Amino acid sequence: MARLTAGLTTSHVPAIGAAIDLGKTQEPYWKPLFDGFEFSRKWMQENKPDVVFLVYNDHASAFDLSNIPTFAIGCGEEYESTDEGWGPRPIPTVKGAPDLAWHIRQSVIQDDFDLTTVSEMTVDHGFTVPLSLLFGQPKEWPCLVIPFAVNVIVYPPPSGRRCYEIGKSIRKAIDSFDDDLNVQIWGTGGMSHQLQGPRAGLINKDFDMKFFEDLIHNPEALAEMPHVEYQRDAGSEGIELVMWLIMRGAMDAKVKEIHRHYHVPASSTAVGHLILENA
Amino acid sequence: MALDKPYSDIPGTIVFDSDMARAGYHANQFCMSLMKPENRERFLADERAYLDEWPMSEEQKQAILDRNYLRLQQLGGNVYYFAKMFFTDKKSVAYGSSTMAGMSEQEYMQMMIDGGRSIEGNRFTKEQENG
Repeated sequence: MARLTAGLTTSHVPAIGAAIDLGKTQEPYWKPLFDGFEFSRKWMQENKPDVVFLVYNDHASAFDLSNIPTFAIGCGEEYESTDEGWGPRPIPTVKGAPDLAWHIRQSVIQDDFDLTTVSEMTVDHGFTVPLSLLFGQPKEWPCLVIPFAVNVIVYPPPSGRRCYEIGKSIRKAIDSFDDDLNVQIWGTGGMSHQLQGPRAGLINKDFDMKFFEDLIHNPEALAEMPHVEYQRDAGSEGIELVMWLIMRGAMDAKVKEIHRHYHVPASSTAVGHLILENA
Repeated sequence: MALDKPYSDIPGTIVFDSDMARAGYHANQFCMSLMKPENRERFLADERAYLDEWPMSEEQKQAILDRNYLRLQQLGGNVYYFAKMFFTDKKSVAYGSSTMAGMSEQEYMQMMIDGGRSIEGNRFTKEQENG
């Protein structure tokens, strides 16, 4: 049977991808950020998943205002990187896991969650930067990846509670898949940041630290946090953090922290990263 | 009855909700069109002519011509769509954010390196009214 062996979170700032692609990761601005992922890359090699279920948001790339799914599961066979204005990122084609993805899709819709099923789309920095952070620059990605795109751009995103519950449903779907696969779930985006308006540049380290703690130890309560609290205290774009609850909902009630990293700034964003295992 | 908008009193912040998406639909979709290189070329060659192909308000067109992102946000524009204009002009997202914050890009980047903009006095609009 498929097993969910780890949950991971990471920011997905486009400038991080550019730093990797342009060989800038050891420059003084970037080095402290990338140093925090050294452990993670080693851990990933020692704990290589067969499939990563990667929760992220598209940033007006595959989806624009003409088509806004709240939850979209990628059931495709492969995905290319979006040209976001500087050409597509120079990364290998992402190979999907359609057998598992279609299985998850049916199980989750059966649980009364309304998913959009997408089999053809490009994947932007929200999806590809986490892969580069954790796997570096390989010739081929070492595992299959299922994209799970969440609308966080056109308010409202799904609630924290909705995200947490859909995470549980995704876990149930993984547990019921016959093939013996090692699966990880990644929640991406965040942490505190605001890109627009006069309050652009907002960072709230206290909020972010508390978010780490509540996510690990008190996710039921964290799932009740209303959107306005994310927006007010973590920035209008900090609302992305609801996606981390999808990861957390898929994990066991009790988890253990394997690694944590926090760094300000990557462009306008507070970078947060966790590796969790079921306790 | 109007929608409940508890986010209306966050200072320096416009939330991109249904009303804003409705108002900014064509302006944002214009930005999407700039993802194609041939459109970027055409736009830069004659911005006014390109904009006149879109059913946008005159105010939105003027904000785009002025690259006044703060104004464009007030008229329904969203930063992930503006990003297509930033790269058309060969500028970064941080540059765009800095203009909306009323700072030079250098000042903004330094503020971020110093830990970012503080939340103190920045939670509620009434905090700012009380000076």
